[in-house]
Order: sequence, then C-alpha cells, then structure tokens
Amino acid sequence: MENQNIPHVISHDEQAIVIKDLYKSFDDLEVLKGVNLTVDKGENVVVLGKSGSGKSVLIKIIVGLLKADRGEVTVLGQQVATLTDKELNALRLRVGFSFQSSALYDSMNIRQNLEFPLKMNRKTMSRREIIKAVDEVLEDVGLRDKMNQMPSDLSGGQRKRIGIARTLILRPEIMLYDEPTAGLDPITSYEINKLINEVQQLYNTSSIIITHDLTCAKETADRVAMFVEGRFTRIGKFEEVFNTDDEQVRSFYNYNFIQ
Amino acid sequence: MINIRTKKYVISKVLDAFFISVNRAYLFVIQFFKQVLVPPFHFSEIVNQCFEIGLRALSLITLTGFIIGIVFTKQSRPSLEDFGATSWLPSLIGIAIVKALGPLVTALICAGKVGSGIGAELGSMRVTEQIDAMEVSAINPFKYLVVTRVTATMITIPILSFYCIVVGLLGSYVNVRAEEATSFIAFFQSAFSTLHFLDLSTSVVKALIFGFTIGIVGSYKGFYATKGTQGVGKAANQAVVMAMFLIFIEEVVIVQVSNWIRYF
Repeated sequence: MENQNIPHVISHDEQAIVIKDLYKSFDDLEVLKGVNLTVDKGENVVVLGKSGSGKSVLIKIIVGLLKADRGEVTVLGQQVATLTDKELNALRLRVGFSFQSSALYDSMNIRQNLEFPLKMNRKTMSRREIIKAVDEVLEDVGLRDKMNQMPSDLSGGQRKRIGIARTLILRPEIMLYDEPTAGLDPITSYEINKLINEVQQLYNTSSIIITHDLTCAKETADRVAMFVEGRFTRIGKFEEVFNTDDEQVRSFYNYNFIQ
Repeated sequence: MINIRTKKYVISKVLDAFFISVNRAYLFVIQFFKQVLVPPFHFSEIVNQCFEIGLRALSLITLTGFIIGIVFTKQSRPSLEDFGATSWLPSLIGIAIVKALGPLVTALICAGKVGSGIGAELGSMRVTEQIDAMEVSAINPFKYLVVTRVTATMITIPILSFYCIVVGLLGSYVNVRAEEATSFIAFFQSAFSTLHFLDLSTSVVKALIFGFTIGIVGSYKGFYATKGTQGVGKAANQAVVMAMFLIFIEEVVIVQVSNWIRYF
C-alpha cells in the first residue's frame, strides 16, 4: 500500500501523470485537499469515491479545464499550470477525455463527430486518410454501422463508445474516463469495462478512470485510489484497498458491491 | 493554506458579482477582436452560419418589412393631405425606412430569432459539456463557435437590413399605387431623392453594429450558461433582452453622432 502523503519521485520516463499536493476550492467548498497520485505508463488507475465528491475536478485539472488553487500536476513530463495555450493544446492532443455525458456534438452525425477533431488538428491528413481513421476507430469500438446516425439516435452505451472513439481517433497516450459506466445497465457496463481494457492494450494508453462503480473498478483497475473527503485515503490493488477496517472504505464496499 | 471561509468582498457580494460580470463581458469582446483577424478563419462555418441566420429570419423580415411599408404609408397619408403635401409621401417613407425602420426592425427581429438561437445553442453546448469536449480536443471553442457566429451576424444583418428596406418600400409602393397613379421608377426616385450618402452609410454602419451586438450578446450569454436546461432558457431569454436594450441605446447614439457629422 502506498501512503498518499508521500509523493513518488518523478521519473518522466515511467510516469504518465504525477499529481503533488493538489488543492481546489469552489467558493466555500474545498473539493481537493492535498491530493497526491502517480499513474505509471500503461497503467489503469481507478479513482473511486462517492458521487459529487469532486473526483471529476481532478481530471479536469489534469487537462487544464480547471485551474488548481495550489499544487502541481505533471502530465507526460510537462507541468500543466506553466504551459502556454499552444503548449497546452499540444499536450491535450496526447490526452483523451471521455465525458460522463459523452458530450457528442449533437448537430453532427457520428462520422462528422469523429472527423471533427482530425480536421481541426491534423490539417495535413487527406480525406482518404480521415475516412480510414474513422472506419478503424469505429471498428475498434464495434459501432461501424452507426456512422451515419445522429447522436440522439444512439443508446447511452453507444454514445459512451462513440465518445471514447472520438478521443481515440487522435491516438492519445493517456485516457481520462469520467464515470464511464454511470447510468448504464450491467450488461452495457460490462461491455464498456471490456472496451476500457481493450483500449489499454490496443492503444497502449495510461488511464485514470473516475467512477463510483465497484464492478468497473474491479474489472479495469491495475490500482485503485480511494477518494474520501478531498484526498486519497488508500491506494493500491483492489483487494488491498478494501482489506481495511476503515469504516468509510468498508461501507463503500458493503453498500455498493457485495453486501 | 488560505482559509477561503474568511474571504472578504471588495464592496458587497452583489456589486462584486456585477463588476466581475462587466469585466468578463469586456474581456469577451476584446477576445473577439483579438481572434477575428488571426487564422484559422473557419470560412465554411461562417458561410454555414450566414445561411442559418438568413434562413431563420428571412420570412419574418419579409412579412414585417412589407406590413411596415403599408401601415406607415397609410398612417402618414392623412397628415400629409392636411398640408397638401402627399407628393412628399415617398420621400417621407424613404427617410423613415432607410434611416431608421429598416435596420432597427431587422435588428429587433434578429435579436429575437437569431440572438436567442445562438444563446440557446451555445448554452446547450456548454451544459452538455460539448464546449469542454472541443477544448480538450485542442480545438479553440471561442474561435470556432463565437467568432464564426459574430462574423456571420455582422455579414448577414446588413444584408437582411437592405432586404427589409427594399421590401418595406415595395409595401409602401403597393399602398401608394392603390391610391394614385405613380410609376414604380418615379416612386423609388422620389423615395431616394432626399437621402444622402451619409444617410445610407449610417444605415449600413448601424446594421453592422446591430449585427455585432446580436452575435456577441447571444454568444456571451450562451458561452457562460450554467445550471442545466434552466440555464439554457435563461441564456436565450437574456440574449434577447440584453441585445434589444443595447440596440435601442446604439440607435440613439448613432443618430446623434450622424447628426453631429451632418452639421460639422
């Protein structure tokens, strides 16, 4: 078990994300209270905690959507807070973000949704190369037959898959999943969990998966970080994290997973 | 560690919030001027938005412009008849529609149809995290969504304004023709006889400024929408109210400035 108060020594070659002593507040509400976490390259780390506890804030700080009040976030060897807009955008191309709501562009069909990041960021790609990339990534998420449909025509699980495909099309080195199984039935959740593991293997990504779903955590995590009251109380393998007498951690396990 | 619970307001919570929002609006406008001349320009999206805006407002502008032409002519005729000056009717209509009613009516219709549409669209994109999705894909949402829409309103509203003037004058001609034997050419010659270059250029500048106002207010309200679907409705509503309020203020200022120029 790691002690979350002792940050890892940064080695840019091995660690995809290093978070040190991170604080974030919204008005009077302190959400992050000194968070420390490292994600090794090729590793899936699941951040587990109650809904509304501020887990998503953490990954939004990692991609620069929110600014931390204090602390350091290093992604692929670059300190996010010190980057210029141009540098931050270059970094964002290497980090995929799958939103809880999928955040598909509802005025575009699925093909256009997937083409859009490529057209905007890979100006040298030919039309043929873009079509090929879209076909490939849709094949990877198993939804090639949906490419001409609108997002509103898809189910929740399909929307999640397309959301993941849209981030994968830029071939990211890191994937950040925000509640990937929230609101999905158990079978669709299982498929999404399987997809997260396939993405890790196929695209060799490092991932942070934000969830309150213990099944998702168990199936996808190399390590689990238990987020309680603004900081990580336990980090380690799934079984190690829940092998504790800590009431808050035990109750989360008991009421969420196997009572 | 900073204890945020002891945070003090500079004046008061409400006034601080007001000045912060004014500053944010100011920075939003500055941001537009900074980005509008810098590539990439997203021409296809601008053209797309021009069509969207034009199509959204065209039918209403046609109807309103035509009716205004007829009604204004009908209402002006008895007063002019009292002074035996009905021959001045086309000139009066020309001045009223070209200098004031055309751009103003177009702007008010577009504030309702287009401004609310932009506010609701961007607001919906904000609350469903589509704007965040653009940002994390290294796409500048301000450039792609705001700059294109404001540019499109600045192009389209002067064109719609010109169209409204033409339709309004046609409406007026229909009414005049029903009362007396005036040719189409004679009516238009008379309508434009008292108008000068300054009047026409003021009208164009006015439409351009109204276009900017509608685009920027709608975009600003939508871009910073919060609190879910309720926030989207609020953004659309505020976009219309704020744009109309600013349009009336701008109308007064522009008329005053154009009069200063005229007598300079």
